[in-house]
Amino acid sequence: MATTANRQQRARKLAPYLFIAPFFGLFAVFGLFPLLFSVWLSLHQWDAASGLASMRWVGLENYWFAITDPWFQRSLWNTLWYAVVAGVPQHLVALPLAYFIHTTLKRSRNAVIGAYFVPYITSSVAIALIFGTLLSKDFGVINALLPGAPIDWLGNASYAKPAIAFVVFWRFLGWNLVLYLSALQVIDHTLYEAAQLDGASRWQQFRHVTLPLVRPMMFFAITLTIIGNLQLFEEPFILVDPESGIAPAVMTTAMFMYRVAFSDGDFGLASAVSWLLFLVIAALTWGNSRLFGNQGAADVGR
Amino acid sequence: MSDADAVLRTPLTLRGMRRGIDVQKLIALAFVGAGLLILVAPFYFTFVFATHSRSEIFASPPPLWFGEHFFSNLELLLERLPFWRNLAISLYVAGMTTLLNLLLCSMAGFAFAVYEFRFKRGLFAFVVGSMMLPSFLNMIPGFMVMDLLGWIDQPRALYIPGAAGALGIFLMRQYIGSAIPRDLIDAARIDGCGEFRIYWRVVLPLTTPALGTLGLITFISSWNNFVGPLVVMRSVENYTVPLALRSMQSPNNTEWGALMAGSAIAMLPLLVVFAFSARRLVAGLTSGAVRG
Repeated sequence: MATTANRQQRARKLAPYLFIAPFFGLFAVFGLFPLLFSVWLSLHQWDAASGLASMRWVGLENYWFAITDPWFQRSLWNTLWYAVVAGVPQHLVALPLAYFIHTTLKRSRNAVIGAYFVPYITSSVAIALIFGTLLSKDFGVINALLPGAPIDWLGNASYAKPAIAFVVFWRFLGWNLVLYLSALQVIDHTLYEAAQLDGASRWQQFRHVTLPLVRPMMFFAITLTIIGNLQLFEEPFILVDPESGIAPAVMTTAMFMYRVAFSDGDFGLASAVSWLLFLVIAALTWGNSRLFGNQGAADVGR
Repeated sequence: MSDADAVLRTPLTLRGMRRGIDVQKLIALAFVGAGLLILVAPFYFTFVFATHSRSEIFASPPPLWFGEHFFSNLELLLERLPFWRNLAISLYVAGMTTLLNLLLCSMAGFAFAVYEFRFKRGLFAFVVGSMMLPSFLNMIPGFMVMDLLGWIDQPRALYIPGAAGALGIFLMRQYIGSAIPRDLIDAARIDGCGEFRIYWRVVLPLTTPALGTLGLITFISSWNNFVGPLVVMRSVENYTVPLALRSMQSPNNTEWGALMAGSAIAMLPLLVVFAFSARRLVAGLTSGAVRG
């Protein structure tokens, strides 16, 4: 009897480690090791075609090369441009829309939320392909609807960038809407009633009751937008032919990295680029958390 | 039923608001409606174009209603791509990813929710922290690991690395922690249940709602994954659907009808599943996000 109890005791001590072992095992092999290896790789000059033996230590040269490379600079500028032009409207539209749906719609509510969420669950490739058709210069539906001369949406960088930003905005609006709705749902109704008794208008209620209470969610949603938008790859990659003349003008840093690695075979430089982009994301995420103050972060972590 | 009727017939949620037709509200409704139109239009056109030939799609004015060329588009698609095989690969990869995640995430979530053990807090913080790592960091070294393992062009390169996602562990821990009474586990122990048996027979059957949400999220993101297959898959027979569709694109003579037919087929299963599970999926995602 005592030995059974002992064995049970021992099993109980060991069990949690066995249950979590698969995650940590997989993460070690496919997460942590590759990350460390990529730091190492970024400090080397290496031609992918000629095996690991040909790696040559170059220190920070790859980083320096990337920073001074006009294509990299251009890609970083584009990435930030997309993050702002596609990202800011997502929040400016999603929050008021969520507020309106929350306060006004009742029976159609779930259907409306579901509809706004559909782009988020749809293949970004399929979305990019259909927008590619709709935006086609001579025969596209969008030019057919617009008055005036047809616009070469995807063949001219100054139109392609806004078009791409719109597709990104379109895909993530529903996601942000759902995030804001979930924050609005937990606001206590009596707060609005109290504000009404004090004679607050709808706008004042939104400004002084809703806005402060959704702040933690704003912080969370904007953080996700920053991290997501700065990794933008699929929409520009599919909407603009990589071989076309305007490709460099619409290229994001993630695309630049892909190109350096898989077209030029320069894995060292590509790794350095990935860490530079990581630094930008980390800096902006940090800046965002400073902007919202520590209170925002603490509330989300609760 | 249109949104406008719904609003007019619905009692207002907040007391003290003006009743009847409200101009502000009508304007806002118009915005919601316009937004819905812009959201739905691309899907509508995908399905409409899937039934038209290339020359019909690019006629002026473009077709606004369904045509008769769906099957000829499908034929063309199958001429260009081993599309059924691509579909099978996508299904296989997404199915395996989902099954593995359900199993491994619920196991780890169970451990973090129920047991006390050394380094528990630190290890859980590590799991949560790993969610913050942007995925592109892994693109190049991840490819090299696959190359070292000889997994290039093999479906397992797509479902093994992500077999136990951190988000899944987090969701399962939250759910098991709040939904499974501790007494139940203690009772099972007193009855002589082993630890794995407790997980498998007692806890797992009670976590089906969370497993459903996690399964949906995992399946959808794996089904739609593009960058993963783009980096490791080489031959068109092993392409997943998004990769196969994208490979049909060419600068000058893309067969748009066939491509839209393929896109429609790729979208349809998820749209159908979503129609039945939207409420649970959205609720599951947001409750995780609120607590996260």
